[in-house]
Amino acid sequence: MTTATPLDVAAIRAQFPILSREVHGQPLVYLDNAATTQKPQSVIDALSGYYSTMNANIHRGLHTLAEEATSAYEGVRSQVAEFVGASSHREVVFTRNTTESLNLLAYTLGTRLRPGDEIVLSAAEHHSNLVPWQLVTQRSGAVLRFIELNDDQQIDVDTARAAINANTRIVSIVHMSNVLGSIAPVAEIAEMARSVGATMIVDAAQSAPHIPVNVNELGADYVAFSAHKMLGPTGVGVLWGRQELLADLDPFLGGGEMISVVTREESSWAALPHKFEAGTPNIADVIAFGAALNFLNEVGMDAVAAHDAELTHYAVEQLSRLEGLDIYGPADPVDRSAVIAFNYRDIHSHDIATILDRSGIAVRAGHHCAQPLMRTLGVPATARASFYLYNERSEVDALVDGLLEAGERFGFERGA
Amino acid sequence: MSSNREAQNPVDLDDLYRDVILDHYRSPRNRGARDDATVSAEGFNPSCGDEIQLSVAIVNGTLSGLGFGGSGCSISQSSASMMTEAMSGRSIESAREMSSHVQQMLTDDGFDLDAVDLGDLEALSGVAKFPVRIKCGLLAWKVLDQALANATGESVTDDSDIPTRVTSS
Repeated sequence: MTTATPLDVAAIRAQFPILSREVHGQPLVYLDNAATTQKPQSVIDALSGYYSTMNANIHRGLHTLAEEATSAYEGVRSQVAEFVGASSHREVVFTRNTTESLNLLAYTLGTRLRPGDEIVLSAAEHHSNLVPWQLVTQRSGAVLRFIELNDDQQIDVDTARAAINANTRIVSIVHMSNVLGSIAPVAEIAEMARSVGATMIVDAAQSAPHIPVNVNELGADYVAFSAHKMLGPTGVGVLWGRQELLADLDPFLGGGEMISVVTREESSWAALPHKFEAGTPNIADVIAFGAALNFLNEVGMDAVAAHDAELTHYAVEQLSRLEGLDIYGPADPVDRSAVIAFNYRDIHSHDIATILDRSGIAVRAGHHCAQPLMRTLGVPATARASFYLYNERSEVDALVDGLLEAGERFGFERGA
Repeated sequence: MSSNREAQNPVDLDDLYRDVILDHYRSPRNRGARDDATVSAEGFNPSCGDEIQLSVAIVNGTLSGLGFGGSGCSISQSSASMMTEAMSGRSIESAREMSSHVQQMLTDDGFDLDAVDLGDLEALSGVAKFPVRIKCGLLAWKVLDQALANATGESVTDDSDIPTRVTSS
């Protein structure tokens, strides 16, 4: 693919201070974006700016600082709503991370399940969209069913149809796999869920950073993602839910902020979304997340998606030239984005990661919090390179070179 | 922007991937369970998935033979392979002493290699310079500790995050 990237990557890189540091005397090549992304100066400034100029607790304060902080915090909620095409800011709940968003759903929806009810997940779930549901089955007697991967290691409509039936109450699937990079046909699966009256949940932790995500186009009832995988700070997750559904859910955590009237015996709940935000929230990081969303909006998610897809395509092409390199996930790069899990020769991925690190290249190695998927793929672990809007082709070339060096160290000839 | 520590004491990949280690990784010794095992144990690193199964034949207080299985990185597997060779023929007491020395060497970058003769096992000394890989090197030795404790009717007190258990005795 020779299409010129529409992004000015050099200008983008200049806004990320960490990208100019060295690791072991080499320029940092950061290819662990599926774990967390780096932060632009504007996000770092927003974080310190909040503490320097307006730190206060929000919502109940009557002084200027509280008013400013509340306005900034709630302003980001509206930004998030707009970013994902929500119909109201009331549909956006701030949590700690995707994991907490999914636990909130598992806990609250789980109380409604009965023995024999079925929860449908996929074979590619991150532990965060598996373990909470396992806990639900222990409490409710409901059972888990799994959408299997097809021969191209993708979730498709046929494999989904085989798992969804009249007993299905909840369908909760990953939009973009953190291992395979594949993008599931969520809208079609949501239609199947709706036809049997099931609730549709989407884990968008990997997709929201890389492709335009519109909650209405997905046809989902709930969508979860994290700020830190899309240029924002750690400690902020989002749960989007349809307003009428969120209104009907019981609270997850109780405490301050989430109440209306409290007596010794009972309480009534605050309006949405505050019903789900007990206690002092992560004010500073939410406000800094706003700066991250501004950054992505200025670049444009269509441009981000095009850049990530082009770079992924290039990386698949270059890596495929290495003898003894196995890439997991869809064969056609068109069906994947930004994440490439692989194994090289018989070199364990931890050794690959250690050797690449000495060249300043950061990749992930291990099970990627997806142990059942590793078993499905028949490997104990993989290495994983993942890209974002500041990565460039020369970094893919550095990765290839680092792999050849690893091969040499383990006794394989470089020319192979 | 390397750390001062690294500037003073550069860490090279050659410190980790010694020839002996790569040789044991490519050609593991004593791979497979022993039919004559008197105690077997296993352990794994939850953070990375490396696993080791160990079977030990103990005759009259002497480790007459060891076999191992499992999967993982070059450090975890070669550490196990080298261990099976180095522990064979030793008394339980001697094996325990060696295990203790090796674990000190794996965790302490300043370990004095001249103080004890560890033979080929000294090749593992570079692991201490790679903090994230120390657990890889320790795994086999934690499993050995578990097996030997069982053989002498004791229980293991270990504060590492490496779960081990006896599988048969």
